[in-house]
Amino acid sequence: MSGLEITNLEVNHGAIRAVRNLSFSINPGELAAVIGANGAGKTTLLRALSGLKHVHSGDAKWQGISIINKKPENLVRSGIVHVSDGKAVIPELSVKENLALSGIWRKDKKDVAKATAEVLDLFPILAARLAQSADSLSGGERQMLAIGRALIARPSLLLLDEPSLGLAPLIIEQIFSAINSLRHTYELTVLLVEQNATSALQIADIGIIINLGELVTVGPSHILLNDPALRAAYLGY
Amino acid sequence: MERFLNTILIGISGGSIYGLMALALVLVWRSTRVVNFAQAGQAILSTYIGYVVISHTNNYWLAFPIAILFGALIGALVDVLLIRIMLRRAHQGPVAAIAPVIATLGLLGLIRAVVGLIWGGDLRQFKLPVTNHGFTFGHTTIPFAPINLLIVVTTFLVMLVFALIFQRTNLGLSLRASAYQPEIARLSGIRVDLTRTIGWAFAGAAGAIAGILVTPTNYLAPNSLDLLLVSGFVAAVIGGLESLVGAAIGGLILGIGLAFVLEYVSSSLAFPAAFLVLIAVLLVKPAGLIGSKRVRNA
Repeated sequence: MSGLEITNLEVNHGAIRAVRNLSFSINPGELAAVIGANGAGKTTLLRALSGLKHVHSGDAKWQGISIINKKPENLVRSGIVHVSDGKAVIPELSVKENLALSGIWRKDKKDVAKATAEVLDLFPILAARLAQSADSLSGGERQMLAIGRALIARPSLLLLDEPSLGLAPLIIEQIFSAINSLRHTYELTVLLVEQNATSALQIADIGIIINLGELVTVGPSHILLNDPALRAAYLGY
Repeated sequence: MERFLNTILIGISGGSIYGLMALALVLVWRSTRVVNFAQAGQAILSTYIGYVVISHTNNYWLAFPIAILFGALIGALVDVLLIRIMLRRAHQGPVAAIAPVIATLGLLGLIRAVVGLIWGGDLRQFKLPVTNHGFTFGHTTIPFAPINLLIVVTTFLVMLVFALIFQRTNLGLSLRASAYQPEIARLSGIRVDLTRTIGWAFAGAAGAIAGILVTPTNYLAPNSLDLLLVSGFVAAVIGGLESLVGAAIGGLILGIGLAFVLEYVSSSLAFPAAFLVLIAVLLVKPAGLIGSKRVRNA
């Protein structure tokens, strides 16, 4: 079975071509970290894959089927779930309601209940806060809630946009270890966009480094982590 | 004291209607960020459809659900055929803020003109479903009549049904999520466009209920609900534009306030008084008297 295949993808962000001629592929079950500086086109790439952005040309296929220029809600329903940046929760709703959103449209209500229980096991702090408004959560808790909501949709491909953004180092560690464990539990394929290159590459199988919308290199993450030239240029240490 | 209580009762009856219209405006505002001036047009068209049913069957109670259904259908059509397309085409720059408002104003004029073409401009009278003779207690007859009771009770039930839908059902959760954060709702698998259309249908139904409830105590003409649009808007602003409960309370505050102006000051002041209240609220508490403190970025 094929995973995610991206070929010659071109995506505009406003007047700028934010993703240029981008090609790479990820095998099913792999965790790939997309690394690059601010403005490298990482978020634009994810938004194109989840249907939020129009793809100008090129293609992206998941399990052999093209996913570009589709409605986001339909992609979610077919297992491609995007956790957008900015701790994507709805602050006006309670924690419980935020989690429920991904279950509304699912036919298998038993499995929704099961998935919800699993999420609350994975992030016990959410179980203690179910009735609270999501607005009252800390940044780390919001990220857990956003990831938890995504899991209740039973994704096969998880797109994570900067889960570490604005979080304290200890919380980042928690979130990354949660991502690492849940992708094994659920046999997820994960595309993780991060500025926090070291943390991301440490849990990733492969690293994809992009700069100004273009591919710099793709490779096994442990090799990228130890490449002095790449480290200096893109990983910032 | 009796005069005081009577004024409050009449104010509650009038305020119920304002609250319903405010509810319609709030439902649309929440779901699509559009101030829907066409709401009065949609409501008048629904009411005329109710009028047609009444003139053929002489049955108000049959006209009532039919007008509501048409109101919902008209609301859904306005969203699908006009608003959705416009928001997609004109979604950036200054035109994005002004285009829907102008479009709904234009639609209001258009619907009124079409209604005028079909039914003419004559003032028509609805048969009263229940009497407008006030309740009598012993030797005193009060102004509050069974028709007012019908208005108040129906409004209460409508508000209750909407509150239950919004707070207790998956549809309500989808409506709230789509209103607050459409992008996150989409990324959770919610069909936001469809959900918004349902919001417009609910609004259309609420406006139709306001029209079919208020018309028996008034008259029917292509522009007979225009004043109600203004009152509904004022009530919605008092309630903070976001909240269904706010719309109901805003309607009651305005209704009772206007009843006192009419009774104790002058009947010619009702309309300017409504505007004075609107301006005062906008100056003092633009988020509404009962609106949330959080200012959301639309």
